[in-house]
Amino acid sequence: MIAELGLALLWMAAALAALQLIAGVLALRPQGAQLAGIIRPVAVMQGVLVLVSFMALIDLFLTTDLSVKLVAENSHSAKPFIFKLAGTWGNHEGSMLLWVTIMSVAGGFVALIEKRLREDTLIATLAGQAFVSLGFYAFLLLASNPFARLAEPPADGNGLNPLLQDIGLAFHPPTLYVGYVGLSIAFSFAIGALVTRDVGPAFARAMRPWVLGAWVFLTLGITAGSYWAYYTLGWGGWWFWDPVENASLMPWLAATALLHSVSVLASRNALRAWTVMLGVVAFSMSMVGTFLVRSGILTSVHAFAVDPTRGGFILALLAIYIGGALLLFGLRASTVTEGARFSFVSREAALVFNNVMLCGVLGIVLLGTLYPLLTEAFGVKVSVGPPYFNPVSAIFVLPMLAVLMVGPLLRWRQDKAGRVSAPVAVCALLAVLVFAGVEAFAKGIGILPALGIGIAAGLGVASWLPLRGRNLARTPLPIWGMVIAHFGVAVALFGMASESAFSTERLAAMNPGDSQQVGPYTVTLTGMAPVAGPNWTALEATVEARYGGAAPMILHPQARTFASPPGNRTESALKTRWNGQLYAVLGEEGEDGRWQMRFWWKPFVPMIWYGGALIALGGLLALLGRVAADVRRLIATDKIAYRRHRQGR
Amino acid sequence: MSATNASPGRSGGIKAKHQRLVLLVFALVALIGAGLLAAYALSKQASYFYLPADLVASPPEAGRAVRLGGMVEKGSIKTQPDGVTIRFIVGDGKARVPVRFTGITPDLFVEGSGVVAEGRMEGTTFVADNLLAKHDEKYVPREMKNMTTAQARQVVAQTK
Repeated sequence: MIAELGLALLWMAAALAALQLIAGVLALRPQGAQLAGIIRPVAVMQGVLVLVSFMALIDLFLTTDLSVKLVAENSHSAKPFIFKLAGTWGNHEGSMLLWVTIMSVAGGFVALIEKRLREDTLIATLAGQAFVSLGFYAFLLLASNPFARLAEPPADGNGLNPLLQDIGLAFHPPTLYVGYVGLSIAFSFAIGALVTRDVGPAFARAMRPWVLGAWVFLTLGITAGSYWAYYTLGWGGWWFWDPVENASLMPWLAATALLHSVSVLASRNALRAWTVMLGVVAFSMSMVGTFLVRSGILTSVHAFAVDPTRGGFILALLAIYIGGALLLFGLRASTVTEGARFSFVSREAALVFNNVMLCGVLGIVLLGTLYPLLTEAFGVKVSVGPPYFNPVSAIFVLPMLAVLMVGPLLRWRQDKAGRVSAPVAVCALLAVLVFAGVEAFAKGIGILPALGIGIAAGLGVASWLPLRGRNLARTPLPIWGMVIAHFGVAVALFGMASESAFSTERLAAMNPGDSQQVGPYTVTLTGMAPVAGPNWTALEATVEARYGGAAPMILHPQARTFASPPGNRTESALKTRWNGQLYAVLGEEGEDGRWQMRFWWKPFVPMIWYGGALIALGGLLALLGRVAADVRRLIATDKIAYRRHRQGR
Repeated sequence: MSATNASPGRSGGIKAKHQRLVLLVFALVALIGAGLLAAYALSKQASYFYLPADLVASPPEAGRAVRLGGMVEKGSIKTQPDGVTIRFIVGDGKARVPVRFTGITPDLFVEGSGVVAEGRMEGTTFVADNLLAKHDEKYVPREMKNMTTAQARQVVAQTK
């Protein structure tokens, strides 16, 4: 019953989306103006219906209704509550329903609260959002129905892939999806503004909170995903340039560029066509990412099912939306009038540099990700990994970060290089000294990590300089957000460089009682014991790590065995200290009874994720600042209108 | 390369059209540069996929990172005295390549099953940095998809 209700609601929501699109297109013509009034309520209603439909699917998973095919294939009655919940989106159909839910709820929010945009631009935006949603409704209802029933329910479900039974999974995909789909709003705004030729500061201010919000979620999602890969895969790495990781990085790069250019448009009315273009590109990258992950042309833990019809469906959606948006851009770009001018030494110029470098990195990641697919079409199988991505992207990232030391200090429109040269020189000198010091004292770590540590030091100081001479209590939140996010970049860069330069690794076969040296620590395997969890059993090693005379740290790496579905997973053990992390993995028992153990000491590695969290926090502060200012403005205009109304009486 | 290097005095007289052109040229140069750089680096750094027969017939240059995919021959896995290095043979029914790997093997790495090894040739031995085993039906290295049915049967038939 619940399943049928969910499906019916989904069809009704799709019908409302069609209505929203048709009414929107008609309302933009003079003879259809009376239809304008229904668009907002329809958009809100559509969001509500999909949300209830998604809650129906959650309910089916929580009650483990095995007559539903999706539940039977992906869930199990003995699974812990949190994984039953997470199992809702831990599969293809459920995750696509989540995608559509976020898309429609976000569209409903725009309809409910957006007051600054011209009414015709808003109508065009909501029609654009409905147009995008419709494609995904069709995909869901025609090719991936999550509510399909089984004729004969099985005795119990298949369960969830053990690799995915992790608390990180419960929140990682929804976080990324909010980011991906939040960019669909930016896309629709760009379409709306192109249709009504309304590209300007008001449009940029309306779009900015959505870009900021989506970007915060993407940042959090990528950071959390990186940490998840780091501790569950047991390979000690935090970024593999896996196509699926790249699929989340590419929209982030585009959204980062968009975030900066939309600020230029909002404050200075420049970079008009460029900002619209980025709005189109950012969501296009989200869809390309979804296509790569969901189509089955890539294989990874993220590719739930290999189904060519689905791949073809998403490819068709991609072609329609990206091609259509680019066509519209091509037709209308020349009508986007000239923006304001600026000098080569100005905030705008630095932001243009940032944008071009980010797009360069985006191009490099995109080419590297698609290259294996292209060559495979010609029968040659290749894979592209860190030896390509690391140095080639660094060529663009490091100059960008060097300019980041200066950019936020420059004034809008026109500035004199002499005005900021003293503080910048200090930071640059610091960067050079740290780089030289690292090169001198840590030989053979490679030029990129040393450059990274140098720039991180310079940027770590320079990022705070915009606060110089300000009254801290009165500094607007968006400025704080910018400072903290840029400082987060320095922190993350330092963690990445330190991890790649100074990590030490030890791999050994050990008997209980044996010791090994890893970094500054002496690690001793003190015992092996069986342990059991809710739906798994495991062998657990006890490892003591000693450094000097301090009390030993105890680590418990496990090798887990799952029953439903049958599978194994190594559960690595981590201990975090202020100056790094100790990482232990338990391998197999050899023929001679010794246990394979692998240890890493990774100095300052947590900085990578602290930095990511700081970047997201900066975005959040900026978002709060913007939204608060909008709310104040709304209240003020309401008051004025009320006073006028009373005076008029 | 930085945009801030330009002298500030020049900028006042720049017309909007010129500025637009300069920006466009800068963006195009950077993006085309990125494209060319990527194309060059891809031709150098992409690691090619070999079946054992290909690897024996036309070995890659020494030290070049490649991937080797095939079936782990039955009875070939030997653990070395250090306890963490293994040697085994990867075959495809036509050729056999000895492989050395130091590290913890993936959970589903077993004899008679498919594997993709990432690494390089050292003499006649393939030294693997990383092994990708068939995880489950839902997670198969892309290169192995075409191999598991026909070739697996062939290899199993030969080793019996």
